[in-house]
Amino acid sequence: MTHFSPLTRRRLLMSIPLIGAMGIGFSFWKMLTDMSAGTFNSHDINTPILNRPVPYFTLPGVIPQQGFSSTELKHLNTPVLVIFFASWCIPCLEEMPILLSLKNFLPLWGIAYKDSPYNVKEFLHNSGNPFTRLAEDRHGLVGIDWGISGVPESFLIGAGGIIRWHNPNPLTEETMTHILLPLVKKISS
Amino acid sequence: MKFSTLFKTIFVVLCILFPFSLLAVDDPEEMLPNPKAEARAEAIGEQLRCLVCQNESIEDSSSALARDLRKIVREHVAQGESNQHIINWMVQRYGAFIRLRPAFSSSTLLLWSVPFLAPFIGCFIAYFFYYRHKKTLPPHAPLTQEEKKRLNILIKDTHS
Amino acid sequence: MFFSPELGHYALALACIIATAQGIFPFIGLYYRNSLLINLTYRLAYGQCIALSVSFLCLIYAAVTNDFSVENIAMNSAVSKPLLYKITGVWGNHEGSILLWAFILSLCGTVVSLFGRHSLPTSLKARVIAILGLIAAGFELFCLTTSNPFMRIFPAPWDGQGMNPLLQDPGLAFHPPILYAGYVGFAVPFAFAIAALLEGHVDAAWGQWVRPWAITAWCFLTCGIAAGSWWSYYVLGWGGYWFWDPVENASLIPWLTGTALIHSAIVVEKRNTLKIWTILLSIGTFSFSLSGTFLVRSGILNSVHAFANDPARGIFILGLLGIVIGGSLLLFAYRAPLLTETNSTLFEPLSREGMLLLNNILLCSLCAVVLTGTLYPPFMAILTGQTISVGKPFFDATTIPLAIPLFIAMGIGPMLPWKRAHLWPLLNKLWFVIALTAIAALIASHKFYGLLPLVCATIAIWIIIASLSDIAQRVALLRAPFLTSINRACALPRSVIGVAIAHIGVGITVLGISAMSQAQHLIVEMPIGTTKHLAGYDWTLTGIAKKPGPNYMALVATLEVRNNGKLIATLHPARRHFNTQNQTIAHVSIASLPFADLYSVLGKQRTIDHTTTYVLKLHYNPLASWIWGGALIMVIGSAFSFSDRRNNHFRHILHRQHLSPSVIEAL
Repeated sequence: MTHFSPLTRRRLLMSIPLIGAMGIGFSFWKMLTDMSAGTFNSHDINTPILNRPVPYFTLPGVIPQQGFSSTELKHLNTPVLVIFFASWCIPCLEEMPILLSLKNFLPLWGIAYKDSPYNVKEFLHNSGNPFTRLAEDRHGLVGIDWGISGVPESFLIGAGGIIRWHNPNPLTEETMTHILLPLVKKISS
Repeated sequence: MKFSTLFKTIFVVLCILFPFSLLAVDDPEEMLPNPKAEARAEAIGEQLRCLVCQNESIEDSSSALARDLRKIVREHVAQGESNQHIINWMVQRYGAFIRLRPAFSSSTLLLWSVPFLAPFIGCFIAYFFYYRHKKTLPPHAPLTQEEKKRLNILIKDTHS
Repeated sequence: MFFSPELGHYALALACIIATAQGIFPFIGLYYRNSLLINLTYRLAYGQCIALSVSFLCLIYAAVTNDFSVENIAMNSAVSKPLLYKITGVWGNHEGSILLWAFILSLCGTVVSLFGRHSLPTSLKARVIAILGLIAAGFELFCLTTSNPFMRIFPAPWDGQGMNPLLQDPGLAFHPPILYAGYVGFAVPFAFAIAALLEGHVDAAWGQWVRPWAITAWCFLTCGIAAGSWWSYYVLGWGGYWFWDPVENASLIPWLTGTALIHSAIVVEKRNTLKIWTILLSIGTFSFSLSGTFLVRSGILNSVHAFANDPARGIFILGLLGIVIGGSLLLFAYRAPLLTETNSTLFEPLSREGMLLLNNILLCSLCAVVLTGTLYPPFMAILTGQTISVGKPFFDATTIPLAIPLFIAMGIGPMLPWKRAHLWPLLNKLWFVIALTAIAALIASHKFYGLLPLVCATIAIWIIIASLSDIAQRVALLRAPFLTSINRACALPRSVIGVAIAHIGVGITVLGISAMSQAQHLIVEMPIGTTKHLAGYDWTLTGIAKKPGPNYMALVATLEVRNNGKLIATLHPARRHFNTQNQTIAHVSIASLPFADLYSVLGKQRTIDHTTTYVLKLHYNPLASWIWGGALIMVIGSAFSFSDRRNNHFRHILHRQHLSPSVIEAL
């Protein structure tokens, strides 16, 4: 600081507010551009369950389909996609065509979240059934253990029942081809 | 209830309406019979964020998820678990996001230090600008004739 | 069809052009010393205001006449909506509120050119109006390009989508204009600060000119925040009044710096020091007003009160903010060091200035805490990818310890002399106050559960007693004959009385907040005719009736509250069903007693075995109304000190315009 004149020194000192404001402004700009690009969403929540084994549960099936439990997921050798869905949720209905094409690549295990078996059957009858196994979480308590905050949410379970990927939004064509399927390929090999 | 952009907008609107339009705790049966335990459950619930709606605690929200979480909090309270234990249970499932009062950690260090740092920085700046040069300044010159005149006018103006 | 949306659109575009001219002409005029151009500026300011009034009237006209070919009206209005809400609904949405912003800004420009006609130096005034014009031009451009309220749609719908029923409330109807008047009002001190930086000169007179504007804006902002808080108290139905929501914080941050500003401007005015700091506060307050209100709309800060979010809009806003805030801070960094404080007077830490400085430090620390807490989650998310929440428990824990010393200093500050005070005379003045506060605290300790509420209540009592005793000592109450005291009281400067009133208002608000922590509530299921007991009152549900409203159907309960058999209040909590939106909202019923609010909400009904029970939420909120009453007293006190003839330059103007003295007195 010694080789600056007193005026320059004062000017540098008084540019602190400017520098602070510029920093904040730049971050806001970054947030806004990332928000438009879809890479940043201030609503998104971290998933603490990621890379951990699935939480303990046993769920009854929606007859005639068979329910499943955490033990079964832990004994799997191939990846499985677990999907929480409900007949009362519109995005779940929109997601169905994607799921129907996805079932050709890996098994989909569904969990009907806070739903009645009758409505679930009706729903799947109308939209087509992509699920190999179908369990029901009538009171949504298992969903809480998984940390879901709504439906649909999907989890990719790798060997040993480890959660490898979590998608808190409806699956789209784009997420399926660009994120999910490459990941499935990677963990299967 | 995860929505695409369009649905998100609708959802925000719903979120505005429903928590307010209905009562948060709208079922008296939800409350614990023991008032002390109920007060403790409320205190814990106020620390936990409703994940579906913005900036509301689960005690204030009437979304279905908040209701479930309230119920769980009350079950745990009835079992006599400690507050910290219950909050940890929630954090394990929903992450740090659920805590309305963030835990003290390396990433929240700045957040928690601001209330302590800010007054000190303020005092430092005040000292730096207003007291440091104190000794170097010459004493005040007495008023000039013109200044005295102005002062008299000002005083007169005040008393008129 | 004179007031067509197209006319409104045209008037808005015209206002934008006029504002640009208003922003450029004075600088050219000052450069070439052309008084014609400078005088034209004032006319341009009036012109801009008139153009925007026309534009605004057109939008109101479209809303009143149900012109659903205008997209904004179709989205936010409906045929069945009551007339009042058709009008007030105009500013209840994003586009309309931006138009209101611009309109209030142009009104500020007009008022500056009207009232500052003779009292302000020409160059300073021309620059102030020019800067206001430039800001207004930016907002009108924003309105025209990304949020045009006059956009038409085809085909026009038969009926609009209606307004959120919660916003259909007389309390909220006038809340936005008052709040915006506060936000926008700080544009005037901002413009004064920029003008002073451009001129390279700040003196006591500058402080005197700025302070009335800052106080006016502050009063509006205080009213706006209080009204918003009151609205959430009686509409949202869970008895809370402040949620530390980003939208609330966005209004609190400029309020805190604005409060610091009106105090530091006193030091500039009386002691000709703290000048650079006051300039920075003026810039900061308006910057926070701007960024807070607009960033909430960009979708970065999520809030329950959010408008529909649009990142594209956000980029435009951010650019505008960058120019206004970045430009002014750049100017500050470059020019402020030239404003030397060398001829300023020095003061001891224990002095009126010292206390005002402490007030500024603490208010700005509070502001820093609220700002950090509000911005921390999005910043964490973008920088580290971690998501956290910062909510009410954090803010409660961090702001109260900073507020307590602030309130203590508030009691002492006005008693101290300028420049240098001594401890002994101060203690001599204070022992009586301390003793009284201690007695009050002892009495209060029987009513308060918990240490923190008791401490806060004690501090509140301290502020009230200290402020009263300051006045008592100034008029030598009980020391001189009573008539002398009366005479002295009449001769006291209004600013002194105003300060005492405003500080007492703060004390009352703090007391209300402390007492509200002792609120009790009960959620009960009651059949008609049953009685429940809460906080010493008997609450009896005597009946339920159906009543139609203008655009809703209501289920109204009658609840009688008795104390020892004596009827205290009859409450009518209701549930209103709005058909347009197919929503039911609870309508809270409150009886405000002097020392408590009886608050009731009607919930669901359930029929089991032919008996229908109703869920009721009953609250007993001690001193709740004091929170807003205190805010009102603060505003009255500030307005009173504002009317002090020594700093009232409006009076000088009126004198010069040869009005008769009686007219001046009436004003």
